[in-house]
Amino acid sequence: MKTVAETDREPTSRFTTISGRPIERLYTAADVADIQYASDVNDPGIFPYTRGIHATGYRGKLWTMRQFAGFGTPEDTNQRYKTLLRAGGTGLSVAFDLPTLMGRDPDHELSLGEVGKCGVNVTSLADMETLFDGIRLGDITTSMTINSPAAMIFAMYLVVAEKQGADWKKISGTIQNDILKEFIAQKEYIFPPRPSMRIITDIFGFCAREAPKWNTISVSGYHIREAGATALQELAFTLRDGVEYVQWGVDAGLDVDTFVPQMSFFFNAHSDFFEEIAKYRAARAIWARTMRDRFGAKNERAWKLRFHSQTAGVSLTAQQPYNNVVRTALQALSAVLGGTNSLHTNSLDEALALPTAEAATLALRTQQVIAHESGVANVVDPLGGSYFVERLTKDLENGTLDYFAQIDRMGGMVEAIERGFPQQEIAESAYRFQQAVERREKVIVGVNDFVQSDEPPIEILYIDDSAADTQLEKLAKLKRSRDQDAVQRSLDGLRAAARTTENLMPRILEAVRAYATIGEMCDALRDVWGEYEEVPRI
Amino acid sequence: MRKLRVVIAKPGLDGHDRGAKVIARALRDAGMEVIYTGLRQTPEMIAGAALQEDADVVGLSILSGAHNHIAPRLMELLRAKGLDDVLVVIGGIIPDVDIPKLKEIGVKGIFLPGTPMQDIVDFINTHARARV
Repeated sequence: MKTVAETDREPTSRFTTISGRPIERLYTAADVADIQYASDVNDPGIFPYTRGIHATGYRGKLWTMRQFAGFGTPEDTNQRYKTLLRAGGTGLSVAFDLPTLMGRDPDHELSLGEVGKCGVNVTSLADMETLFDGIRLGDITTSMTINSPAAMIFAMYLVVAEKQGADWKKISGTIQNDILKEFIAQKEYIFPPRPSMRIITDIFGFCAREAPKWNTISVSGYHIREAGATALQELAFTLRDGVEYVQWGVDAGLDVDTFVPQMSFFFNAHSDFFEEIAKYRAARAIWARTMRDRFGAKNERAWKLRFHSQTAGVSLTAQQPYNNVVRTALQALSAVLGGTNSLHTNSLDEALALPTAEAATLALRTQQVIAHESGVANVVDPLGGSYFVERLTKDLENGTLDYFAQIDRMGGMVEAIERGFPQQEIAESAYRFQQAVERREKVIVGVNDFVQSDEPPIEILYIDDSAADTQLEKLAKLKRSRDQDAVQRSLDGLRAAARTTENLMPRILEAVRAYATIGEMCDALRDVWGEYEEVPRI
Repeated sequence: MRKLRVVIAKPGLDGHDRGAKVIARALRDAGMEVIYTGLRQTPEMIAGAALQEDADVVGLSILSGAHNHIAPRLMELLRAKGLDDVLVVIGGIIPDVDIPKLKEIGVKGIFLPGTPMQDIVDFINTHARARV
C-alpha cells in the first residue's frame, strides 16, 4: 500500500487558507492535546466564552439582521430604511457619504462630486431629523458608521431622539467611533491620533452617565481586513485597538466595569470558511482573558465580546456578479456558526455600485434563509470540539498574543501606528495576496479562472448629482434661517473646551441644537488640533 | 532608455488606498519609477506633481464615484501645463456608462475591479512614451 506521502503529489503550498496559513490534510485528537476544555474553551455562556457569550445561543434571540444603507439625500435614505424595516430588517445601519465622514460641508471644495455618492449626506441636525422622519428611535436600534465626527453625529441622533420624546437612558444603538482602524486601514481621519483618542474617551465618559445602553464604539477589524490584512492580522490589530481604548479610558479615570461593557466589535466575514469561524471564537476568548487579567475587570459583561459582522466587500467580483450571492451566503454562514451578534450581508452588485433595492432585499433574504431554513441556529457552536476548528482557534489566539507583545514593546497601538507598523504589515499582505491571485495560486471564480466573456450587464444604481444640488440648497437656506449668534457662541465654546480637558459632548450638543453644521464643528476643532497627514508609503 | 516615471494619486476624500498601493508596488516591481502622492489630492495637486516629477504617466485610483468631476479638471490642468502627452489612466469603480465620456476627454486606460496587475503594466509599457 502506498503511504499518504507517496499518493499526495500535490505541492503542500496549495493547501493554505486565504490568509496563507498552511492547512494539514487531517486533524486528529493529537492536534488538540494541548487544549484543556474547561480553561481554554468551556461551554457557551461560560468564561472564556470561546463557544459563545450566551448559553442559549440563537435560541433565545437570533442575531440582528442589520443592513448597512445610505445614499443621496436624507429623504432618499429615509425611504430605503422604511423599505428595509417593512422587509423584516431588525435594525438600521447608516452609511454616510464621504463629506460627512470627513467633516466637510457640501459647499467645501473637497466635497465636489462626493455628496450623497457613497452614503447619505448629513450636514446638520435638520438632515438627521429628515433621515429618521417617521421612524421611532425609542423602538429601534441604529448603528452609525461614523468615526472622526462620531461625537457630532451621535449628538444629532440624541437631539432627534429627545425631540421624539425618547429617553436617552433607554435608547440603544452603536456608533463606530473607532479612529485607530482609520489610521491603520480606512484612512478617514481628521485630527491627529491623540486628540482623536480624547474625543473617544469623552464619549465613553458621557455615555456611561447619559446613555448607558448605547454601544460607544465598534472596534473594527472589517476595514483592516478589507485593506488586505490576513485573518490573524485582522484579529490581532482589532483586539489590540480594543486594548488601547480600554487603556486610554482607564488613564482618563473611567471604571472598566462601567465603560467596557458598552464597547462592541465588528469583524469581517471573509471567504475562508473555517478560519473565519475560528477567528470569532478566538476573539471572544482573548478579550475575556485580557479584560479579566490585564485590566482586572470584575463585571462579566466587560469580559463578553459582542460583535457585528459584515461579509467581505473585497471578495465581491464585478465579473459574473450573481456569483456574489453564493460567496455572501457562505461568508454569512461562517459568521453565524462563529456566533455573530448581528450581521450585514453584502449585495451582489456592490463591486459595481451601491446596491439597488432589489439586490439589498436579496441580501437580507440570504440571512433569513440561514436563520429559518438551514437549521444552524438550533444548536450553539455546532463546530465546537472539531479537531480542526479547535486547533485553528488556538493558533489564532497564540498568533494574536504574539502581535500583542510586539505592539506592547512599541509602547502601544498609537505608537505602533505612528511608526507605520500595522499599515506596513497590511500592505505587505495585500500585495502578497494579489501576487498569489496573478499566479493563480488562489482561484477567484470568474476572475482568474472559469472566466466568461459573454456576460450581459446587470442593472446598477446610478447616483447622479441631484443630491448635491439639493443638499447645497438646503444648506444655504439653513444658514439664512438659523440664529447665527447662537451658532457662533456654541462654536467658540467648543473651541475653548478643546483647549482644556473638559468633556466635549455637552459643547457639541449645544452646537448641534443651534444647527451648527458638521463642517463648522469639525473646523472649530481643526483650529485647535490641526489635521493629521499620513506620510505616503508604498 | 530612461525608466518610465509614474505618478500614482488618490484624489478626492476617499481613503481606501489598497488598490493604489498594490498597483504602485506592481509598477515598481515591473521596473518603473513610481511616485505615490498619498491621499486626498486635488486635481491641482496631481497636475503639479506630474509637472514636478516629470511624469510620463499619471494613474488615478478612484472608488468613490467622483471621477466625473476629478478627471475633466485634471485633464484641463495637464493641458494648461503643456503635459498633453502624459498618459492618464484610472483604476477603480467606474460605471460602464461613464467610460465613453472619460475616454473622450483623453483618459486612455480604465481598469475595473479584477484587472490583473500584469495587464496594467503591459498597457502602460505599450502606450506611455518616456520623455526625453
